[in-house]
Amino acid sequence: MIEKGRAVCLGADIDTDCIIAGRYLRTRDRSVWASHVFEDLDPALASRLAGAVIVAGKNFGCGSSREQAPVALKEAGVVAVVAPSFARIFFRNAINVGLPVIEADGVSCADGEAIAFSLDEHWIEVGGRRIPVHPLSPRMQEILAAGGLVALWRQRQ
Amino acid sequence: MRSSHRQRGLGRLPTLAETILGGAAGSYVDREVDHAFAHDGTGVLAREAWREMGEPPLPAPERCSILFDHIAPANTGTTATLQAELRAFSRTCGMHFSEIGEGICHQLMSEGRVLPGDVVVGADSHTCTMGAFGAFATGVGATEMAAIWSSGSTWFKVPETIGIVLDGRCTGAAEAKDCALEYVRRLGMDGATYRALEFIGEGTSALSMDSRLTLANMAVETGAKAGMMYADATTRAYLAAYGRDIAVQRPENPGYVQELTIDCTDLVPLITPPHRVDRAVPVERYESTPLDQVFVGTCTNGRFEDLLRFGRIVKDKRVKARTIVVPASRPVLERCIETGVLSWIVGAGCSVGVPGCGPCLGAHMGVLGEGETALSTANRNFKNRMGVGAEYYLASPATAAASALAGAIAVPEVP
Ligand code: SF4
Repeated sequence: MIEKGRAVCLGADIDTDCIIAGRYLRTRDRSVWASHVFEDLDPALASRLAGAVIVAGKNFGCGSSREQAPVALKEAGVVAVVAPSFARIFFRNAINVGLPVIEADGVSCADGEAIAFSLDEHWIEVGGRRIPVHPLSPRMQEILAAGGLVALWRQRQ
Repeated sequence: MRSSHRQRGLGRLPTLAETILGGAAGSYVDREVDHAFAHDGTGVLAREAWREMGEPPLPAPERCSILFDHIAPANTGTTATLQAELRAFSRTCGMHFSEIGEGICHQLMSEGRVLPGDVVVGADSHTCTMGAFGAFATGVGATEMAAIWSSGSTWFKVPETIGIVLDGRCTGAAEAKDCALEYVRRLGMDGATYRALEFIGEGTSALSMDSRLTLANMAVETGAKAGMMYADATTRAYLAAYGRDIAVQRPENPGYVQELTIDCTDLVPLITPPHRVDRAVPVERYESTPLDQVFVGTCTNGRFEDLLRFGRIVKDKRVKARTIVVPASRPVLERCIETGVLSWIVGAGCSVGVPGCGPCLGAHMGVLGEGETALSTANRNFKNRMGVGAEYYLASPATAAASALAGAIAVPEVP
């Protein structure tokens, strides 16, 4: 399957406090997280995330284990996050909530540029250039394909 | 659980992580977990996921816990309602529950519950703290926790291991926290991503359990999956006090993917300025920076040894910066009362909070105001974490004590 989105470019070492600040965690309302996502980085960013593929620097999602971080991104309309490396808890959380995360080196692009990617064929395409990405393990692909861990669990019951 | 001395096909001695998980680095394994816990923050989402999963019965509720520490006591009606639901959930499922005021999840797990060789997962990034016992302990997310509660097991990719060799012993004013800030500086914020750390060497053996917990706690600040130490006579004596009898683990020399040596003898007190955790420098570099608040506590430095060290320095003196001290657990608080350490701390003009996370995550009990500067004994200093627009520095309890007295950043004296 080929998925598409528009690039939103971010720097390296984006931590989960910065994705969704601790002060917004005491709720179960996902729309609250979505509307405050990246607030401390750039308050205008949340409104630009529908259909976005985030292209970030290394170590995306470091810091706290809060799952609200990938949930907020997904809820805000992010299609996938691409980075050379991810903090491992964020990486696992993203897959568990059904947000595609793509490990790839050397992706450079401008904000708003069109991006296409295929998780099962392990590539990402930016500006007409196709770049191979690190494949996910079969287990992770299975969880993502189901739409997350909860969905996979329900399928199996 | 513990695999053979020489892992099949490995051609070298297995690391602690490989031994406990039962597979070679890079392989995927399914493992039953010995402890699976969440706190009042992550527990809310975990319960939510569990409900969406159709409320499956828990196969081993005695291995599952919910511990209230993050916003405990509750700060608003909304928090209180979420906490009430979570309390009821833990009771219904028959899992272990720890009420507000009992302490930080990691500290409580370290008080006789986690044993060498255990597989521990916590819905909190600092679950790696438990590696100090020679357990494989790592953080997971809330949804994953719900799946683990419901199945009793999970999958792991067995990590490669970086060896951290501590040579010599701390001789001066530096302590375990300074050593932790130093290895985080040397490895960098993502220097150990997807990998485990193993602490070895004379410097590690010489450390008390409280100090080892401080070191293991900060492993995640380098991106590491776990920060582990071999259980030895010190571990054995510590756990014996909780009525647990353990066998020591034999340190092997497994051939790490990378080795980092730190000579503890040379260490001086360090401080990590805002807002990157891997930028520690000698405290004197920031000497005399005025402070609005000093915070002593957290899963890094809220243990008895830390409060004792802090208390000894402030005893019979008066702090100049407003100072909040939060013991990591009720037993730590009780010990401070019994030994008189608490009266030194209170007598010096410090506020003492309910055992738990306190202001560490910037949610209650000491949030910083815009433009304020603080020094904290916590483990991370991400921008805005302790208060929007505030700046804060990370350092040891001794540096916190010297600085609280001065009302500005100060170098602690050699005791
Ligand atoms: S003390 Fe701070 S770092 Fe430790 S678990 Fe609590 S909030 Fe997290």
